[in-house]
Amino acid sequence: MSYRPWLVLFGFLLLWQVVIWMTGVPHFMLPPPLAVMQTLVEHAGLLMEHALVTLSEILLGLLLGVLVGAASALAMVLIPALQPWMLPPLVLGQAIPVFALAPILVLWLGYGMASKVAMAVLIIYFPVTAALFDGLRRTDPGWLDLARTMGASPLRTLWHLRLPAALPAFGSGLRIAAAIAPIAAVVGEWVGAGAGLGYLMLHANGRSQTALMFAAMVVLMTIALCLYLAVDRLLIRLTPWAPHSLATPNGRNP
Amino acid sequence: MAGTSTTSFGVDLDNITISFDGKPLFAGLDFRLEQGQCTCLLGPSGVGKSSLLRVIAGLLPLEQGRINSSDGHPIEDRLAWMGQSDSLLPWLTVADNVCLGARLRGDRADRARAAELLASVGLEALADRLPDTLSGGQRQRAALARTLMEDRPLILMDEPFSALDAITRNRLQDLAAASFTGKSVLLVTHDPLEALRLGHRIHVMTGMPATIEPALCPGGEPPRALGDHDMLDLQAQLLERLAGAVDQAA
Repeated sequence: MSYRPWLVLFGFLLLWQVVIWMTGVPHFMLPPPLAVMQTLVEHAGLLMEHALVTLSEILLGLLLGVLVGAASALAMVLIPALQPWMLPPLVLGQAIPVFALAPILVLWLGYGMASKVAMAVLIIYFPVTAALFDGLRRTDPGWLDLARTMGASPLRTLWHLRLPAALPAFGSGLRIAAAIAPIAAVVGEWVGAGAGLGYLMLHANGRSQTALMFAAMVVLMTIALCLYLAVDRLLIRLTPWAPHSLATPNGRNP
Repeated sequence: MAGTSTTSFGVDLDNITISFDGKPLFAGLDFRLEQGQCTCLLGPSGVGKSSLLRVIAGLLPLEQGRINSSDGHPIEDRLAWMGQSDSLLPWLTVADNVCLGARLRGDRADRARAAELLASVGLEALADRLPDTLSGGQRQRAALARTLMEDRPLILMDEPFSALDAITRNRLQDLAAASFTGKSVLLVTHDPLEALRLGHRIHVMTGMPATIEPALCPGGEPPRALGDHDMLDLQAQLLERLAGAVDQAA
Protein backbone atom coordinates (compact mmCIF):
# COMPACT_ATOMS: atom_id res chain seq x y z
CA MET A 1 0.00 0.00 0.00
CA SER A 2 1.13 3.49 -0.82
CA TYR A 3 2.43 5.73 1.95
CA ARG A 4 0.68 8.74 0.41
CA PRO A 5 -2.69 8.47 2.24
CA TRP A 6 -0.87 8.26 5.58
CA LEU A 7 1.24 11.27 4.72
CA VAL A 8 -1.89 13.24 3.80
CA LEU A 9 -3.57 12.13 7.04
CA PHE A 10 -0.54 13.16 9.09
CA GLY A 11 -0.40 16.52 7.29
CA PHE A 12 -4.08 17.07 8.01
CA LEU A 13 -3.66 16.27 11.73
CA LEU A 14 -0.65 18.59 11.88
CA LEU A 15 -2.62 21.40 10.24
CA TRP A 16 -5.44 20.80 12.72
CA GLN A 17 -3.02 21.10 15.65
CA VAL A 18 -1.33 24.18 14.17
CA VAL A 19 -4.70 25.93 13.77
CA ILE A 20 -5.43 25.29 17.45
CA TRP A 21 -2.00 26.60 18.52
CA MET A 22 -2.25 29.69 16.38
CA THR A 23 -5.87 30.67 17.07
CA GLY A 24 -6.06 29.47 20.66
CA VAL A 25 -9.59 28.24 19.98
CA PRO A 26 -11.11 26.67 23.14
CA HIS A 27 -11.15 22.86 23.27
CA PHE A 28 -14.92 22.66 23.60
CA MET A 29 -15.13 24.25 20.14
CA LEU A 30 -12.29 22.41 18.46
CA PRO A 31 -10.53 19.67 20.44
CA PRO A 32 -6.93 18.89 19.50
CA PRO A 33 -6.30 15.64 17.63
CA LEU A 34 -4.59 14.03 20.60
CA ALA A 35 -7.60 14.70 22.82
CA VAL A 36 -9.84 13.06 20.23
CA MET A 37 -7.53 10.04 20.15
CA GLN A 38 -7.54 9.87 23.93
CA THR A 39 -11.35 9.95 23.95
CA LEU A 40 -11.36 7.22 21.29
CA VAL A 41 -9.39 4.99 23.63
CA GLU A 42 -11.17 5.96 26.85
CA HIS A 43 -14.67 5.57 25.44
CA ALA A 44 -13.87 2.66 23.14
CA GLY A 45 -16.62 0.52 24.69
CA LEU A 46 -19.28 3.19 24.35
CA LEU A 47 -18.25 4.04 20.80
CA MET A 48 -18.21 0.38 19.81
CA GLU A 49 -21.68 -0.15 21.22
CA HIS A 50 -23.16 2.71 19.20
CA ALA A 51 -21.05 1.90 16.13
CA LEU A 52 -22.52 -1.60 16.06
CA VAL A 53 -26.03 -0.16 15.94
CA THR A 54 -25.17 2.20 13.09
CA LEU A 55 -23.24 -0.48 11.23
CA SER A 56 -26.20 -2.86 11.49
CA GLU A 57 -28.51 -0.18 10.13
CA ILE A 58 -26.15 0.52 7.24
CA LEU A 59 -25.62 -3.13 6.32
CA LEU A 60 -29.29 -4.02 6.65
CA GLY A 61 -30.25 -0.96 4.59
CA LEU A 62 -27.65 -1.82 1.96
CA LEU A 63 -28.75 -5.43 1.75
CA LEU A 64 -32.47 -4.63 1.49
CA GLY A 65 -31.93 -1.64 -0.83
CA VAL A 66 -29.75 -3.65 -3.19
CA LEU A 67 -32.15 -6.61 -3.16
CA VAL A 68 -35.23 -4.48 -3.80
CA GLY A 69 -33.41 -2.35 -6.38
CA ALA A 70 -32.03 -5.36 -8.24
CA ALA A 71 -35.43 -7.07 -8.15
CA SER A 72 -37.06 -3.95 -9.61
CA ALA A 73 -34.52 -3.70 -12.43
CA LEU A 74 -34.89 -7.40 -13.22
CA ALA A 75 -38.67 -7.16 -13.18
CA MET A 76 -38.59 -4.25 -15.63
CA VAL A 77 -36.28 -6.17 -17.95
CA LEU A 78 -38.15 -9.47 -17.74
CA ILE A 79 -41.57 -7.85 -18.10
CA PRO A 80 -41.12 -4.83 -20.39
CA ALA A 81 -44.79 -3.96 -19.90
CA LEU A 82 -43.85 -2.87 -16.37
CA GLN A 83 -41.42 -0.19 -17.58
CA PRO A 84 -43.94 2.58 -18.35
CA TRP A 85 -45.52 1.94 -14.93
CA MET A 86 -42.34 1.77 -12.89
CA LEU A 87 -40.03 4.32 -14.52
CA PRO A 88 -42.04 7.51 -13.77
CA PRO A 89 -42.53 6.71 -10.07
CA LEU A 90 -38.87 5.77 -9.91
CA VAL A 91 -37.73 9.11 -11.28
CA LEU A 92 -40.34 10.95 -9.23
CA GLY A 93 -39.24 9.12 -6.11
CA GLN A 94 -35.70 10.24 -6.75
CA ALA A 95 -36.90 13.87 -6.82
CA ILE A 96 -38.26 13.60 -3.25
CA PRO A 97 -35.70 14.94 -0.78
CA VAL A 98 -35.33 11.79 1.28
CA PHE A 99 -33.76 13.73 4.17
CA ALA A 100 -36.98 15.66 4.51
CA LEU A 101 -38.75 12.34 4.88
CA ALA A 102 -36.63 11.36 7.88
CA PRO A 103 -38.96 12.87 10.53
CA ILE A 104 -41.97 11.18 8.92
CA LEU A 105 -40.15 7.85 8.82
CA VAL A 106 -39.29 8.17 12.50
CA LEU A 107 -42.92 9.06 13.20
CA TRP A 108 -44.14 6.00 11.29
CA LEU A 109 -41.51 3.44 12.17
CA GLY A 110 -40.38 4.63 15.57
CA TYR A 111 -37.07 5.50 17.19
CA GLY A 112 -35.55 2.09 16.60
CA MET A 113 -33.53 0.72 13.73
CA ALA A 114 -36.44 0.28 11.34
CA SER A 115 -36.75 3.96 10.43
CA LYS A 116 -32.98 4.21 9.72
CA VAL A 117 -32.97 1.08 7.62
CA ALA A 118 -35.96 2.37 5.67
CA MET A 119 -34.14 5.66 5.13
CA ALA A 120 -31.08 3.83 3.76
CA VAL A 121 -33.23 1.61 1.53
CA LEU A 122 -35.03 4.64 0.11
CA ILE A 123 -31.84 6.50 -0.65
CA ILE A 124 -30.08 3.46 -2.15
CA TYR A 125 -33.00 2.20 -4.20
CA PHE A 126 -32.77 4.62 -7.12
CA PRO A 127 -29.04 4.42 -7.93
CA VAL A 128 -29.08 0.63 -7.65
CA THR A 129 -32.19 0.16 -9.79
CA ALA A 130 -31.11 2.70 -12.40
CA ALA A 131 -27.59 1.26 -12.66
CA LEU A 132 -28.68 -2.36 -13.08
CA PHE A 133 -31.56 -1.50 -15.41
CA ASP A 134 -29.24 0.55 -17.58
CA GLY A 135 -26.62 -2.17 -17.59
CA LEU A 136 -29.15 -4.84 -18.56
CA ARG A 137 -30.47 -2.75 -21.41
CA ARG A 138 -27.04 -2.11 -22.89
CA THR A 139 -25.95 -5.62 -23.72
CA ASP A 140 -23.78 -5.67 -26.83
CA PRO A 141 -26.23 -6.34 -29.71
CA GLY A 142 -23.60 -8.62 -31.29
CA TRP A 143 -23.70 -10.87 -28.19
CA LEU A 144 -27.49 -11.02 -28.32
CA ASP A 145 -27.42 -11.98 -32.03
CA LEU A 146 -24.95 -14.72 -31.20
CA ALA A 147 -27.08 -16.00 -28.32
CA ARG A 148 -30.17 -16.11 -30.52
CA THR A 149 -28.44 -18.03 -33.29
CA MET A 150 -27.15 -20.44 -30.64
CA GLY A 151 -30.71 -21.18 -29.60
CA ALA A 152 -30.50 -19.63 -26.10
CA SER A 153 -33.73 -19.05 -24.19
CA PRO A 154 -34.37 -15.50 -22.91
CA LEU A 155 -33.82 -16.61 -19.31
CA ARG A 156 -30.50 -18.30 -20.09
CA THR A 157 -29.44 -15.28 -22.12
CA LEU A 158 -30.25 -13.11 -19.11
CA TRP A 159 -28.34 -15.30 -16.68
CA HIS A 160 -25.27 -16.15 -18.77
CA LEU A 161 -24.96 -13.02 -20.84
CA ARG A 162 -26.95 -9.95 -19.88
CA LEU A 163 -26.42 -10.16 -16.11
CA PRO A 164 -22.63 -10.62 -16.22
CA ALA A 165 -22.47 -7.93 -18.88
CA ALA A 166 -24.43 -5.59 -16.59
CA LEU A 167 -22.23 -6.27 -13.56
CA PRO A 168 -19.80 -3.35 -14.14
CA ALA A 169 -22.72 -0.91 -14.48
CA PHE A 170 -24.42 -2.48 -11.45
CA GLY A 171 -21.11 -2.05 -9.63
CA SER A 172 -21.22 1.72 -10.15
CA GLY A 173 -24.64 1.73 -8.50
CA LEU A 174 -23.37 -0.41 -5.62
CA ARG A 175 -20.41 1.90 -5.02
CA ILE A 176 -22.75 4.89 -4.81
CA ALA A 177 -25.03 2.91 -2.49
CA ALA A 178 -22.11 2.00 -0.22
CA ALA A 179 -21.04 5.65 -0.11
CA ILE A 180 -24.46 7.10 0.75
CA ALA A 181 -25.90 4.41 3.02
CA PRO A 182 -23.95 5.68 6.09
CA ILE A 183 -25.26 9.21 5.48
CA ALA A 184 -28.83 7.91 5.43
CA ALA A 185 -28.40 5.98 8.67
CA VAL A 186 -26.85 8.92 10.52
CA VAL A 187 -29.44 11.42 9.31
CA GLY A 188 -32.08 9.00 10.55
CA GLU A 189 -30.37 8.87 13.92
CA TRP A 190 -30.13 12.64 14.15
CA VAL A 191 -33.85 13.01 13.69
CA GLY A 192 -34.70 10.61 16.45
CA ALA A 193 -32.98 7.61 17.94
CA GLY A 194 -31.94 6.01 21.21
CA ALA A 195 -28.66 4.59 19.95
CA GLY A 196 -26.16 4.84 17.13
CA LEU A 197 -23.23 7.08 16.26
CA GLY A 198 -25.51 9.86 14.99
CA TYR A 199 -27.37 9.80 18.29
CA LEU A 200 -24.09 9.79 20.21
CA MET A 201 -22.78 12.75 18.21
CA LEU A 202 -25.91 14.77 18.84
CA HIS A 203 -25.87 13.83 22.52
CA ALA A 204 -22.18 14.69 22.95
CA ASN A 205 -22.60 17.95 21.08
CA GLY A 206 -25.42 18.96 23.40
CA ARG A 207 -23.18 18.45 26.42
CA SER A 208 -20.18 20.17 24.90
CA GLN A 209 -18.30 16.85 24.84
CA THR A 210 -16.83 17.93 21.56
CA ALA A 211 -13.94 15.44 21.71
CA LEU A 212 -16.46 12.59 22.00
CA MET A 213 -18.39 14.00 19.07
CA PHE A 214 -15.22 14.07 16.98
CA ALA A 215 -14.34 10.57 18.12
CA ALA A 216 -17.76 9.31 17.00
CA MET A 217 -17.22 11.06 13.69
CA VAL A 218 -13.85 9.34 13.25
CA VAL A 219 -15.46 5.97 13.91
CA LEU A 220 -18.24 6.75 11.42
CA MET A 221 -15.74 7.83 8.79
CA THR A 222 -13.77 4.66 9.33
CA ILE A 223 -16.89 2.54 8.91
CA ALA A 224 -17.90 4.40 5.73
CA LEU A 225 -14.42 4.15 4.27
CA CYS A 226 -14.04 0.44 5.07
CA LEU A 227 -17.47 -0.27 3.64
CA TYR A 228 -16.69 1.54 0.41
CA LEU A 229 -13.31 -0.13 0.03
CA ALA A 230 -14.78 -3.56 0.77
CA VAL A 231 -17.48 -3.10 -1.87
CA ASP A 232 -14.93 -1.74 -4.33
CA ARG A 233 -12.56 -4.69 -3.78
CA LEU A 234 -15.40 -7.18 -4.05
CA LEU A 235 -16.54 -5.65 -7.34
CA ILE A 236 -13.05 -5.64 -8.78
CA ARG A 237 -12.77 -9.30 -7.87
CA LEU A 238 -16.18 -10.10 -9.36
CA THR A 239 -15.58 -8.20 -12.60
CA PRO A 240 -11.88 -8.52 -13.38
CA TRP A 241 -12.60 -7.84 -17.07
CA ALA A 242 -14.17 -4.44 -16.45
CA PRO A 243 -12.15 -1.30 -17.29
CA HIS A 244 -11.63 -0.30 -13.63
CA SER A 245 -9.58 -3.42 -13.10
CA LEU A 246 -5.84 -3.13 -12.66
CA ALA A 247 -5.35 -6.48 -14.40
CA THR A 248 -5.42 -4.93 -17.87
CA PRO A 249 -3.97 -1.44 -17.58
CA ASN A 250 -4.15 -0.90 -21.33
CA GLY A 251 -7.71 -2.10 -21.65
CA ARG A 252 -8.66 -4.37 -24.48
CA ASN A 253 -5.93 -5.24 -26.93
CA PRO A 254 -6.32 -3.83 -30.44
CA MET B 1 -27.32 -36.62 -33.67
CA ALA B 2 -30.03 -36.86 -36.33
CA GLY B 3 -28.97 -36.90 -39.96
CA THR B 4 -30.62 -33.58 -40.79
CA SER B 5 -28.59 -31.71 -38.19
CA THR B 6 -25.22 -32.26 -39.80
CA THR B 7 -25.76 -32.80 -43.55
CA SER B 8 -25.49 -29.63 -45.51
CA PHE B 9 -28.38 -28.03 -47.33
CA GLY B 10 -29.02 -25.10 -49.63
CA VAL B 11 -31.15 -22.06 -48.86
CA ASP B 12 -33.68 -20.48 -51.19
CA LEU B 13 -34.79 -16.90 -50.70
CA ASP B 14 -38.02 -16.44 -52.55
CA ASN B 15 -39.42 -13.02 -53.35
CA ILE B 16 -38.32 -11.42 -50.08
CA THR B 17 -39.07 -7.80 -49.13
CA ILE B 18 -37.53 -5.79 -46.32
CA SER B 19 -37.49 -2.07 -45.58
CA PHE B 20 -35.12 -0.01 -43.53
CA ASP B 21 -36.20 3.45 -42.34
CA GLY B 22 -39.13 3.33 -44.74
CA LYS B 23 -36.94 2.63 -47.78
CA PRO B 24 -37.11 -0.79 -49.36
CA LEU B 25 -33.79 -2.66 -49.00
CA PHE B 26 -35.09 -5.67 -50.93
CA ALA B 27 -38.24 -5.73 -53.03
CA GLY B 28 -39.07 -9.22 -54.19
CA LEU B 29 -35.48 -10.45 -54.12
CA ASP B 30 -34.68 -14.02 -55.13
CA PHE B 31 -31.43 -15.66 -54.13
CA ARG B 32 -30.09 -19.17 -53.86
CA LEU B 33 -27.38 -20.32 -51.51
CA GLU B 34 -25.87 -23.50 -52.94
CA GLN B 35 -25.50 -26.58 -50.79
CA GLY B 36 -22.00 -27.43 -49.57
CA GLN B 37 -20.37 -24.42 -51.18
CA CYS B 38 -18.91 -21.16 -49.98
CA THR B 39 -20.88 -18.25 -51.42
CA CYS B 40 -19.42 -14.77 -51.05
CA LEU B 41 -21.56 -11.68 -51.19
CA LEU B 42 -19.82 -8.46 -52.20
CA GLY B 43 -21.31 -5.00 -52.34
CA PRO B 44 -20.96 -1.39 -51.28
CA SER B 45 -21.65 -0.47 -47.64
CA GLY B 46 -25.29 -0.02 -46.78
CA VAL B 47 -26.57 -2.04 -49.72
CA GLY B 48 -28.09 -4.62 -47.38
CA LYS B 49 -25.54 -7.44 -47.32
CA SER B 50 -25.72 -7.79 -43.56
CA SER B 51 -29.51 -7.54 -43.61
CA LEU B 52 -29.67 -10.45 -46.02
CA LEU B 53 -27.51 -12.47 -43.67
CA ARG B 54 -29.64 -11.50 -40.68
CA VAL B 55 -32.82 -12.45 -42.50
CA ILE B 56 -31.48 -15.94 -43.19
CA ALA B 57 -30.34 -16.26 -39.55
CA GLY B 58 -33.83 -15.33 -38.38
CA LEU B 59 -32.52 -12.20 -36.66
CA LEU B 60 -34.51 -9.86 -38.89
CA PRO B 61 -38.19 -10.46 -39.67
CA LEU B 62 -39.35 -10.69 -43.26
CA GLU B 63 -42.01 -8.33 -44.51
CA GLN B 64 -42.81 -10.57 -47.43
CA GLY B 65 -41.51 -13.70 -49.09
CA ARG B 66 -40.21 -17.04 -47.91
CA ILE B 67 -36.92 -18.59 -46.94
CA ASN B 68 -36.71 -22.33 -47.40
CA SER B 69 -34.02 -24.89 -46.92
CA SER B 70 -33.44 -27.24 -49.82
CA ASP B 71 -34.36 -30.23 -47.64
CA GLY B 72 -37.50 -28.66 -46.21
CA HIS B 73 -36.35 -28.66 -42.57
CA PRO B 74 -36.13 -25.50 -40.46
CA ILE B 75 -32.97 -23.42 -40.79
CA GLU B 76 -32.71 -21.58 -37.45
CA ASP B 77 -31.32 -24.44 -35.39
CA ARG B 78 -28.87 -25.59 -38.04
CA LEU B 79 -26.78 -22.48 -38.54
CA ALA B 80 -23.70 -20.98 -36.94
CA TRP B 81 -23.25 -17.22 -36.85
CA MET B 82 -20.09 -15.16 -36.91
CA GLY B 83 -20.64 -11.44 -36.77
CA GLN B 84 -18.50 -8.41 -37.53
CA SER B 85 -17.01 -8.24 -34.06
CA ASP B 86 -15.61 -11.34 -32.40
CA SER B 87 -18.26 -11.09 -29.63
CA LEU B 88 -16.06 -12.94 -27.16
CA LEU B 89 -17.45 -12.61 -23.64
CA PRO B 90 -14.75 -10.87 -21.58
CA TRP B 91 -15.55 -12.79 -18.39
CA LEU B 92 -15.14 -16.25 -19.92
CA THR B 93 -11.85 -17.91 -20.77
CA VAL B 94 -11.09 -18.61 -24.41
CA ALA B 95 -12.08 -22.27 -23.94
CA ASP B 96 -15.34 -21.31 -22.20
CA ASN B 97 -16.09 -18.85 -24.99
CA VAL B 98 -15.65 -21.64 -27.51
CA CYS B 99 -18.16 -23.69 -25.49
CA LEU B 100 -20.61 -20.79 -25.20
CA GLY B 101 -23.32 -22.45 -27.28
CA ALA B 102 -23.63 -25.40 -24.90
CA ARG B 103 -23.64 -23.06 -21.91
CA LEU B 104 -26.44 -20.96 -23.41
CA ARG B 105 -28.52 -24.01 -24.27
CA GLY B 106 -27.90 -25.69 -20.92
CA ASP B 107 -26.08 -28.61 -22.55
CA ARG B 108 -22.88 -30.27 -21.48
CA ALA B 109 -20.00 -28.94 -23.51
CA ASP B 110 -17.68 -31.32 -25.29
CA ARG B 111 -14.45 -29.95 -23.80
CA ALA B 112 -12.26 -32.38 -25.72
CA ARG B 113 -13.67 -31.19 -29.03
CA ALA B 114 -13.22 -27.57 -27.94
CA ALA B 115 -9.58 -28.29 -27.15
CA GLU B 116 -9.16 -29.92 -30.57
CA LEU B 117 -10.70 -26.93 -32.33
CA LEU B 118 -8.56 -24.52 -30.34
CA ALA B 119 -5.51 -26.51 -31.35
CA SER B 120 -6.61 -26.43 -34.98
CA VAL B 121 -6.69 -22.61 -34.88
CA GLY B 122 -3.38 -22.51 -32.99
CA LEU B 123 -4.76 -21.32 -29.66
CA GLU B 124 -4.22 -24.39 -27.48
CA ALA B 125 -1.74 -22.53 -25.30
CA LEU B 126 -4.19 -19.68 -24.68
CA ALA B 127 -7.26 -21.75 -23.77
CA ASP B 128 -7.33 -20.55 -20.16
CA ARG B 129 -6.68 -16.89 -20.88
CA LEU B 130 -9.31 -14.15 -20.86
CA PRO B 131 -10.08 -12.62 -24.28
CA ASP B 132 -8.75 -9.19 -23.28
CA THR B 133 -5.23 -10.61 -23.11
CA LEU B 134 -5.38 -11.77 -26.75
CA SER B 135 -4.41 -9.93 -29.93
CA GLY B 136 -7.01 -9.07 -32.55
CA GLY B 137 -6.01 -12.01 -34.72
CA GLN B 138 -6.09 -14.43 -31.78
CA ARG B 139 -9.52 -13.18 -30.78
CA GLN B 140 -10.83 -13.76 -34.27
CA ARG B 141 -9.36 -17.28 -34.25
CA ALA B 142 -11.17 -17.94 -30.99
CA ALA B 143 -14.39 -16.66 -32.59
CA LEU B 144 -13.81 -18.97 -35.55
CA ALA B 145 -13.30 -21.91 -33.19
CA ARG B 146 -16.53 -20.99 -31.38
CA THR B 147 -18.36 -20.88 -34.73
CA LEU B 148 -17.00 -24.30 -35.74
CA MET B 149 -17.76 -25.72 -32.27
CA GLU B 150 -21.44 -25.33 -33.09
CA ASP B 151 -20.85 -27.90 -35.86
CA ARG B 152 -23.69 -26.65 -38.01
CA PRO B 153 -24.12 -27.39 -41.71
CA LEU B 154 -24.77 -23.71 -42.51
CA ILE B 155 -22.34 -20.95 -41.57
CA LEU B 156 -23.25 -17.28 -41.89
CA MET B 157 -20.38 -14.81 -41.62
CA ASP B 158 -20.57 -11.03 -41.65
CA GLU B 159 -17.20 -9.51 -42.61
CA PRO B 160 -15.47 -11.61 -39.96
CA PHE B 161 -11.92 -10.69 -40.93
CA SER B 162 -12.38 -7.05 -41.88
CA ALA B 163 -10.67 -5.64 -38.79
CA LEU B 164 -7.47 -7.66 -39.21
CA ASP B 165 -4.17 -6.77 -40.83
CA ALA B 166 -3.40 -8.32 -44.22
CA ILE B 167 -1.12 -11.13 -43.02
CA THR B 168 -3.38 -12.22 -40.15
CA ARG B 169 -6.39 -12.05 -42.45
CA ASN B 170 -4.64 -14.25 -44.98
CA ARG B 171 -3.87 -16.90 -42.36
CA LEU B 172 -7.39 -16.86 -41.00
CA GLN B 173 -8.81 -17.22 -44.49
CA ASP B 174 -6.73 -20.36 -44.94
CA LEU B 175 -8.02 -21.71 -41.63
CA ALA B 176 -11.59 -20.83 -42.50
CA ALA B 177 -11.42 -22.37 -45.97
CA ALA B 178 -10.08 -25.62 -44.51
CA SER B 179 -12.92 -25.80 -42.00
CA PHE B 180 -15.68 -24.98 -44.50
CA THR B 181 -15.39 -28.32 -46.28
CA GLY B 182 -18.83 -29.86 -46.81
CA LYS B 183 -20.67 -26.93 -45.25
CA SER B 184 -22.85 -24.34 -46.90
CA VAL B 185 -21.32 -20.96 -46.18
CA LEU B 186 -22.53 -17.45 -46.86
CA LEU B 187 -19.75 -14.95 -46.33
CA VAL B 188 -20.49 -11.24 -46.55
CA THR B 189 -17.42 -9.15 -47.35
CA HIS B 190 -16.42 -5.88 -48.93
CA ASP B 191 -13.06 -7.26 -50.01
CA PRO B 192 -12.91 -8.75 -53.56
CA LEU B 193 -9.65 -10.51 -52.68
CA GLU B 194 -11.25 -12.28 -49.76
CA ALA B 195 -14.16 -13.35 -51.95
CA LEU B 196 -11.74 -14.68 -54.58
CA ARG B 197 -9.72 -16.59 -52.03
CA LEU B 198 -12.67 -18.21 -50.26
CA GLY B 199 -15.71 -18.32 -52.54
CA HIS B 200 -16.91 -21.09 -54.83
CA ARG B 201 -19.45 -18.55 -55.98
CA ILE B 202 -19.17 -14.80 -55.80
CA HIS B 203 -22.16 -12.49 -56.05
CA VAL B 204 -22.18 -8.72 -56.24
CA MET B 205 -25.10 -6.96 -54.61
CA THR B 206 -26.12 -3.53 -55.91
CA GLY B 207 -28.84 -0.93 -55.91
CA MET B 208 -31.69 0.28 -53.72
CA PRO B 209 -33.74 -1.87 -53.51
CA ALA B 210 -30.90 -4.32 -53.93
CA THR B 211 -30.49 -6.87 -56.64
CA ILE B 212 -27.94 -9.66 -56.76
CA GLU B 213 -25.95 -10.31 -59.92
CA PRO B 214 -25.40 -13.85 -61.25
CA ALA B 215 -22.52 -15.67 -59.59
CA LEU B 216 -18.95 -15.47 -60.71
CA CYS B 217 -17.36 -18.90 -60.27
CA PRO B 218 -13.56 -18.65 -60.21
CA GLY B 219 -12.99 -22.43 -60.50
CA GLY B 220 -10.55 -24.45 -58.43
CA GLU B 221 -10.81 -25.11 -54.71
CA PRO B 222 -10.46 -22.43 -52.04
CA PRO B 223 -8.29 -21.17 -50.46
CA ARG B 224 -6.93 -19.99 -53.78
CA ALA B 225 -3.50 -18.56 -54.25
CA LEU B 226 -3.75 -15.05 -55.56
CA GLY B 227 -0.55 -14.98 -57.58
CA ASP B 228 -1.69 -16.25 -60.97
CA HIS B 229 -2.88 -14.17 -63.83
CA ASP B 230 -6.48 -15.38 -63.95
CA MET B 231 -6.99 -14.34 -60.36
CA LEU B 232 -5.70 -10.85 -61.04
CA ASP B 233 -8.05 -10.63 -64.02
CA LEU B 234 -11.00 -11.74 -61.90
CA GLN B 235 -10.07 -9.28 -59.22
CA ALA B 236 -10.04 -6.46 -61.75
CA GLN B 237 -13.44 -7.62 -63.00
CA LEU B 238 -14.89 -7.69 -59.52
CA LEU B 239 -13.48 -4.28 -58.67
CA GLU B 240 -15.06 -2.92 -61.82
CA ARG B 241 -18.44 -4.40 -60.92
CA LEU B 242 -18.15 -3.04 -57.41
CA ALA B 243 -17.16 0.40 -58.67
CA GLY B 244 -20.21 0.29 -60.92
CA ALA B 245 -22.32 -0.57 -57.91
CA VAL B 246 -20.90 2.30 -55.89
CA ASP B 247 -21.50 4.78 -58.71
CA GLN B 248 -25.02 3.48 -59.06
CA ALA B 249 -25.58 4.06 -55.35
CA ALA B 250 -24.19 7.60 -55.58
